[in-house]
Amino acid sequence: MELTGIASYLVSFLTFAGVYAVLALGLNMQWGFTGQFNIGIAGFFAVGAYTSAILTTPGSPAYLGGFGLPFLVGLGGAVIASTIIGVIIGLITARLRTDYLAIASIGIAEMIRLFIKNEDWLSNGVRGIAGIPRPLQGTPLDTPLGYLLVVVVFVVGVYFLVERAYASPWGRVLRAIRENEPATAAAGKDIANFRLQAFVLGSAIMGLGGGLYAHFFGFLSPEAFRPLYGTFIVWVMLIAGGSGNNRGAILGAVVVWGIWSVTELFTDMLPAEHATQGAALRVLLIGVLLQVILVLRPQGLLPEKPPRLIARQRRSR
Amino acid sequence: MTDILQLLVYGLVLGSVLTMGAIGVSMIFGILRFAHFAHGDFMTLGAYLGLTFISAFGLSAWWALPAAMVGMAVVAVFIDQVLYRRIRRTQPVILLIASFGMALILRSLVQLIWGSDNQSYATGIQFPWRLDWLGGIRLKPDHLWIVLISLGLVMAVHLFLTRTRLGKAMRAMSDNMDLALVSGIPAERVIMVTWVIGGALAAAAGVFLGIDTRLHPVMGWSALLPVFAATILGGIGRPYGAIAGGMIIGVSMEMSTLIIPAAYKPAVAFAIMVGMLILRPQGIFKGTV
Repeated sequence: MELTGIASYLVSFLTFAGVYAVLALGLNMQWGFTGQFNIGIAGFFAVGAYTSAILTTPGSPAYLGGFGLPFLVGLGGAVIASTIIGVIIGLITARLRTDYLAIASIGIAEMIRLFIKNEDWLSNGVRGIAGIPRPLQGTPLDTPLGYLLVVVVFVVGVYFLVERAYASPWGRVLRAIRENEPATAAAGKDIANFRLQAFVLGSAIMGLGGGLYAHFFGFLSPEAFRPLYGTFIVWVMLIAGGSGNNRGAILGAVVVWGIWSVTELFTDMLPAEHATQGAALRVLLIGVLLQVILVLRPQGLLPEKPPRLIARQRRSR
Repeated sequence: MTDILQLLVYGLVLGSVLTMGAIGVSMIFGILRFAHFAHGDFMTLGAYLGLTFISAFGLSAWWALPAAMVGMAVVAVFIDQVLYRRIRRTQPVILLIASFGMALILRSLVQLIWGSDNQSYATGIQFPWRLDWLGGIRLKPDHLWIVLISLGLVMAVHLFLTRTRLGKAMRAMSDNMDLALVSGIPAERVIMVTWVIGGALAAAAGVFLGIDTRLHPVMGWSALLPVFAATILGGIGRPYGAIAGGMIIGVSMEMSTLIIPAAYKPAVAFAIMVGMLILRPQGIFKGTV
């Protein structure tokens, strides 16, 4: 009994770590490759989650929805919606210093949260959307292990996509922009355009993560998309894992989500009157963890290893 | 008409709060070249420091203000020495991440120490003056003091920047970092003074916000977006622009309640900021892009 309990906890733990890994991979595209500072992850996460939820729920008179479309269509909608938001933000900020992107992105994330919270007809406001269908309903795989499998498939798929992008000439331009913008511009690259592409692709991946989250959690409310849960923890994951390294992003997601979950086990033991204090203590811990990593090991657990140049490999053979 | 005048008064009060925050953000950006995301939580911590002085020594909110400002200046310098100084040599964008983490650290500290419930400086309702010669608008003494003290603090910052050696050094560093450094300006001292001023003004903003409304652990975080909007509007790195930006954003946010629901007040600040980023990213006063 104990063992099955632990096993089912582990399965749900890994499922959520997988969802966060998708978000961290999306952020890696923006920050790790290109050096774009997006701290509006929660916004893209929320847009993806709500789009997928509205497209797939059986419907309710209280809010927009009732399309009852299949899981994959919902995810597709999530990706499209977050792509659109990404294009808008990207077009505004691609020419500017990354500090402006930071400010604009946190702004859009707060606006999206405000909108979801206040527009009841769309999102049922603070009451949230419940009863979002599970991905494999009606098949024998409609079990927690089955969901984990689906998430793993998506994480692996996104991983190969971004890894391919990283090694490609396109990814090389992104890294060049990150390392030395004037030199890249002098080499004739359209910096704003490359930035926009990377930003939109990263945003689309975050939207996908949001869609996955909606289907595995089954319930959405604006509270889930506060900057802390949506944005900050993904940043800590990427920095801890090693920004620029896709494997690092996945490892960081598992490790940091592990720390976050273990601290929850401890704070759950506190008496109820200290519950809010316990929650604050956990945030404090994650915040301090980030600062310690930044000071002591800024390259993260798995530092970035740029692929060797193909020409040089040939010569050495 | 009376409605508009009344909202203008509220707008000037909010504008004063935002100005206090935006001057700090602007100066920190000018000297250290990063957007300080913990500034909203500096405001929160400043407000709660004020609360502690009020309850511990029985001071009134106005006397707690200088105490909170001094306290927050010390905290700001401490945070800089312990954390930011160590990562200053890397890219400025790393400081951006660190300040974002610092924002959450400070907020959770506030929750741990003071709890997450709403609190206020003084109980009871303050009776406003009715100004019949101005169409009968109502003016609370608190509001008048907030605007006047802000004005005084702005004057003090202005005198510091234009009349003292350190203030001139600060402007020089903000204008041209390399030139300032080769001419022997004591960079570490200037940075420390920047944090003293930024922290003290953030505390003032927090205490004003606490006097005007109430204290809550996310009060500063919610004000951060309008503060940034004010900073960008005035031109990043331009303290004088921050004043204009703060007032414009504050008045527009309050005026907007005439046409759209009050819940969307922050959206007005955001919309102005986005419009500015598209049309004139360097701001009214031509800041650093």
